[in-house]
Amino acid sequence: MAFDLDAVRKEFPILSRQIDGSPLVYLDSGNTSQKPRRVIDAMTDFLENSYAPINRSSYRLAGEATEAFEAGRRAVARLVNASSPDEIIFTKNATESMNLIARSWGGANLGEGDVVLLTHMEHHANIVPWQMLRDERGIEIRWVPLTADGQLDLTDLDRLLDGAKVFSFTAMSNVLGTIPPVAKLCAAAHDAGALAVVDACQYVPHNATDVQAWGADLVAFSSHKMCGPSGIGMLWGRLELLDAMPPFLGGGNMIDTVTLDGYTTAPVPAKFEAGTPPIVEAVGLRAAVEFLEDLDMSDIRQHEMDLTRYALDTLNGRFGDEITIYGPDDVAVRGGVLSFAFRDLHPHDVSQVLDERNVCVRAGHHCAKPLMQVLGVQSTTRASFYLYNGTDDVDALADALAGATDIFGF
Amino acid sequence: MPGLEDLYREIILDHYRTPRNRGELESPPAIETRGHNPLCGDEITLYLLVDGEGDDAIVSDVKIGGQGCSISQSSASMMTQAVIGKPVSQAYALIRRFKTMMGIEGYDEQPGDADVAMGDLEALQGVVKFPVRIKCAVLGWNTLAEALDRAGV
Ligand SMILES: Cc1ncc(COP(=O)(O)O)c(C=O)c1O
Repeated sequence: MAFDLDAVRKEFPILSRQIDGSPLVYLDSGNTSQKPRRVIDAMTDFLENSYAPINRSSYRLAGEATEAFEAGRRAVARLVNASSPDEIIFTKNATESMNLIARSWGGANLGEGDVVLLTHMEHHANIVPWQMLRDERGIEIRWVPLTADGQLDLTDLDRLLDGAKVFSFTAMSNVLGTIPPVAKLCAAAHDAGALAVVDACQYVPHNATDVQAWGADLVAFSSHKMCGPSGIGMLWGRLELLDAMPPFLGGGNMIDTVTLDGYTTAPVPAKFEAGTPPIVEAVGLRAAVEFLEDLDMSDIRQHEMDLTRYALDTLNGRFGDEITIYGPDDVAVRGGVLSFAFRDLHPHDVSQVLDERNVCVRAGHHCAKPLMQVLGVQSTTRASFYLYNGTDDVDALADALAGATDIFGF
Repeated sequence: MPGLEDLYREIILDHYRTPRNRGELESPPAIETRGHNPLCGDEITLYLLVDGEGDDAIVSDVKIGGQGCSISQSSASMMTQAVIGKPVSQAYALIRRFKTMMGIEGYDEQPGDADVAMGDLEALQGVVKFPVRIKCAVLGWNTLAEALDRAGV
């Protein structure tokens, strides 16, 4: 079935909202996505009819709630082609998933002088947890640099990976949109004897994902960027690896038994899910996954590639030298994220002027300050697309940008 | 909804296009203080020279470096004009008045504060209607407060 933008839009109640009499042009999905009706309904229905604790009580209602929660796990496992639902761990967000990796795997396996390889286009979530380990135990962090058009410069990859114990990289940059060759990078990591960690937070919502085909070891992603609710994140890991990793947070649910003298851990995934998990959120997430599956991830990706091509051509065509769009021009290796500099205007001022026309974009460093340094800018304006965006949104963005110069007069 | 004209008043745009007292001062003797807005990454470097001691201390010069949006830049530019040549006590009074104008609590005006002229700074009043921009407007002021504290006169 061909991608039907109008039908998709009808599923998102917020898109019919008007502010000051004009429609919402939501171009901030790289930050967080809007929610379709079925996600909202699934959560409301669960809260009204089936809410109860999970994994703890033996009455029927609790069993029903546990089943609904676990259905969320199964849906996620299917979406990313995990070999078992037990390989999916629910966290609070992708940031917590990254911290789990650094604390648990890193805590058990990394010491003074051990090398972790990152790239210049990482989100703070894939930088700071490693820097914390560096400060505590003296690991070394190396960086894969970028080419002029914002792709990973892999010329020296072998040398950078030499002796590395972890290679942790994003599958799609939240600033440049760059999609690196993930499977190739995982293979290179393994050839060097390093663990392959993928921050797939921006990738999973927009692309068909197969963690086994990637050959990755650990993959972090988040519900709120893929039409699901906020408050629940995911970590996928190979079962043997997760089994071998020590627990992250301690408390209820993650134990097998506790005595006055100590504790033993539950098997995965419970081992990494201390305390009451995001129950309602898992139910909403399942509805989000089913929504995406019904539309088909490859059709979504195609729609976004077409839209990104249109956006690059429209903005470059209309503004020429006055706009600098960062990242690769080839939409085969970039997602629908456009960070740009516009005239001499500061991103804050650009986004303020766009907001006047209900065009919602993000201005700032996008939680990637090291990348801003590499690009030689303090901040950028970023428009990011999702399945509900169309060429009309891009036109609205371009029209609003054209209006910005009138105000600042340079 | 408040319109853009409430935010981008002509005097603000003028200070943005032609910022006053931009540059550096040799430090020491000047006190160099950096401020930044962790949300958007805006950065400011403020150089402060104070003459005299105690009640006689005067803000003799201020220069501003760094990058920021029209609101943070113009606010800092107007601030330099308002405080240069003024007693340190009045600079503190201005900080209290400005922050109060921005709707920030905890800066109770003290006796005499109301007599300190706000001048062009009144133009920034419209920022209050755009809550996310308040942090931009106060960046320079927070940096000045820190510099004055460090001067410790
Ligand atoms: C590439 C990337 N990694 C990690 C994160 C953090 O995700 P979360 O907000 O779910 O913790 C984000 C979201 O901003 C992101 O874009």
